[in-house]
Amino acid sequence: MATVKPKVDAVIVGMGWTGAILAKELTEAGLHVVALERGADRDTQPDFAYPKVVDELEGSVHRRFLQSLNQETVTIRHNSSSDAVPYRQMGSFKPGTGVGGAGTHWSGCHFRPLPEDMYLRTNMEHRYGKAFIPADMTIQDFPVSYDDLEPHLDMFERVCGTSGKAGVINGVLQEGGNPFEGSRTKEYPLGPNPNYLGAEQFYKGAKEMGWHPYPIPTSNASGPYVNPYGCQMGPCNACGFCSDYGCLNYSKASPNVSILPALRIKPNFELRANSQVLKVNLDSTGKKATGVTYLDAQGREVEQPADIVLLCAFQLFNVHLMLVSGIGKAYDPVTQTGTIGRNYSYQNLNRTVMFFDKSVQANPFIGIGGAGVTMDDLNGNQLDNGKLGFVGGGLVWARQPGAGPVRGINVPAGTPNWGTDWKRAAADNFRHSFYFEVQGACMSYRQNYLSLDPTYKDSFGRPLLRMTFDWQDNEIKASQFLVGQALQMGRTLNPLSILGDAKKDGEHYNITKYQSTHTCGGATMGSDPSTSALNRYLQSWDVPNVFAIGANAFPQNNGYNPTGLVGGLAYWAATAIREKYLKDPGPMVQA
Amino acid sequence: MSSPDETNAALQSRRRILLGLTMAPLAAALPLAATATHKPGDGATAESGAGYKPNFFKDVEWTCMVAICDRLIPSDDVGPGAVETGVPEFLDRHMQTPYANGAIWYMQGPFLEAPPEFGYQGRLTLRDIIRVGLNAIDAHCRKTFDGKTFAQLEHTRQEELLKAAESGKLKLEDISSKLFFTNILNEVKNGYFADPRYGGNRGMAAWKMIGYPGMRADYLDWITVRDKPYPLPPVDLSGKRG
Repeated sequence: MATVKPKVDAVIVGMGWTGAILAKELTEAGLHVVALERGADRDTQPDFAYPKVVDELEGSVHRRFLQSLNQETVTIRHNSSSDAVPYRQMGSFKPGTGVGGAGTHWSGCHFRPLPEDMYLRTNMEHRYGKAFIPADMTIQDFPVSYDDLEPHLDMFERVCGTSGKAGVINGVLQEGGNPFEGSRTKEYPLGPNPNYLGAEQFYKGAKEMGWHPYPIPTSNASGPYVNPYGCQMGPCNACGFCSDYGCLNYSKASPNVSILPALRIKPNFELRANSQVLKVNLDSTGKKATGVTYLDAQGREVEQPADIVLLCAFQLFNVHLMLVSGIGKAYDPVTQTGTIGRNYSYQNLNRTVMFFDKSVQANPFIGIGGAGVTMDDLNGNQLDNGKLGFVGGGLVWARQPGAGPVRGINVPAGTPNWGTDWKRAAADNFRHSFYFEVQGACMSYRQNYLSLDPTYKDSFGRPLLRMTFDWQDNEIKASQFLVGQALQMGRTLNPLSILGDAKKDGEHYNITKYQSTHTCGGATMGSDPSTSALNRYLQSWDVPNVFAIGANAFPQNNGYNPTGLVGGLAYWAATAIREKYLKDPGPMVQA
Repeated sequence: MSSPDETNAALQSRRRILLGLTMAPLAAALPLAATATHKPGDGATAESGAGYKPNFFKDVEWTCMVAICDRLIPSDDVGPGAVETGVPEFLDRHMQTPYANGAIWYMQGPFLEAPPEFGYQGRLTLRDIIRVGLNAIDAHCRKTFDGKTFAQLEHTRQEELLKAAESGKLKLEDISSKLFFTNILNEVKNGYFADPRYGGNRGMAAWKMIGYPGMRADYLDWITVRDKPYPLPPVDLSGKRG
């Protein structure tokens, strides 16, 4: 029999970025908020303290800052006619766990979407006609516009102390920024970080290509900063331990650094770590959530009643919780009905590596998470999709989040994997190569979706989430085009040799190789309850006192890293809850 | 302060002088000793392996593993080898961690065969893959080469076998040779490059070879320097300077 706790105003599942944002906003509105985090409590001191944190074996092999797959994972298959098998070892994507979630081990790239990303289907149909979109492609417009979100995207940048250079402020072009971006109301909180060699070379190559390079907006502080909550950040010292690691220096924005110091002191906020939520409880009508059931640190079942349930877990686990709790109808790809699990999408990540002689000091061990240079000339409306024959664009960028030899050493094509020749190549190239990545959009399709696995279970006896996903011709074509452009640019820099890994025709999704943690969709926001799980305020159409805040809401993924938009959507939803929902609890959009 | 390039050059010339010594058959130095690259005056790497008694590996497994380490990252004119830098000790210790026992892997069945894009789907943990693989390699060698173990074979023969395992062409009784090879190569590289506290990378020798400053973790003053190599030697997690 579960212990029943006293009822609270709101219970939050997951203490990553969106959980921290919602907790801060709702406690400010006077609500009594309890947050349940499946992992341990963590903070810069002592968990990310130097030198313990900069240990490649612990961070990148034992993955101590990431989710262990031992208790909970997903199963994966390429199509609905095959059996899914478990994601047994961490590879393609890296969910986080513990207080701060994936927001502790991200790099820091902090983009806003382009205005046209927010109405992708309408834009494609308008530009190229309805027939241009493949029949199985289920892309949709977001039910919010860039202008709706601008103040909230701005707020998230201020909280994160994002370093960058605006390209357009109040409609006026700014020298050095991205001329194609949506108009912003303010400059970034901090100026850009310094350029490492690869970034400097990118400016040179981009000029040759006629592109418009700009500093990647990144939440790795280029200088000292105090955010609107009074939380302090120190300038990044380029330690090179960002991706996979917690920040030792209070320089990378995270829930732990940027929000929790102001949240932990609130008397109406309670954080319970090591609390594994098993399901959302619904009343007999199935239309109202009564709270959640979780296992506490000692494995005891506890029920936490609440008026509002906020699902703020990692994208995959938000969808999982909705499916195991019976919130909304599970998606069926045959009948095209149901919404939970629909429109799963990913990110189309590819890489080019350039090798130089020993006079070129690339020093890849120097790293500032998201910092570097990119351009939008092959993204959004800059791209002629009609001519190229695929939907969605992408970025080519120079980024150097920091490399170490346990994390891998790039060597030229044809080098053996071991022996003297490998050693020589590793010694010759480690400090004298850099890479440009190609990050492409990923569309959603009828046949790519999430559901519950019929065979495999997690340690708590629940069915695992099952991912049915494979690369489609559209993304393979985009990969080949974008990598081709990146290679062309790379060659203008006269490297000794260059590698590129464009996807080949018919290539299948490989779960063993790290690509991107940008898993998206599965419980999307939309304006039609028959094709979306959430309304424009990320409120469940089916159970209106449940909100699912995160990248699960993306109808498809654009060419950017999702965190900026995820944070913006979290502030947008929080504002709607504060200003509308609390005054009149119930559906904020009539179905 | 000497630059990493200068340090490497000095190390390499010293190694060239010693190269003759490294040609001694490795098996002669087993099970406890490493290769014969004992460099006078280099306290950190001299006598490597000697004095370490394996806990995880049985003697025959240890002998086979040391011989494999020596072929995967040999001692040569490029830099120090896996054995002299303590990689066997790393492996023995690493195999005893929760990680090697599947702590962060999903280990529940059923265990189905799946295409390679889905990764390893078997029931063995990392340490079992390594142990089963070592025994399978030795069993194969004894059967094929008149009772000789892997460690007793000529270097060229050992390399042929490892290449066959890498491509999966080598047929072993109990395990996929490719699965074993992929995992042991990964582990050998982990041990070679991880912090010396884990038993390998003695004297930060692998970091010096590639010019990695180790755990300095502060490069603010060097981001925009282009005209000279990074000047400082490595530092490890215990604060030792290389």
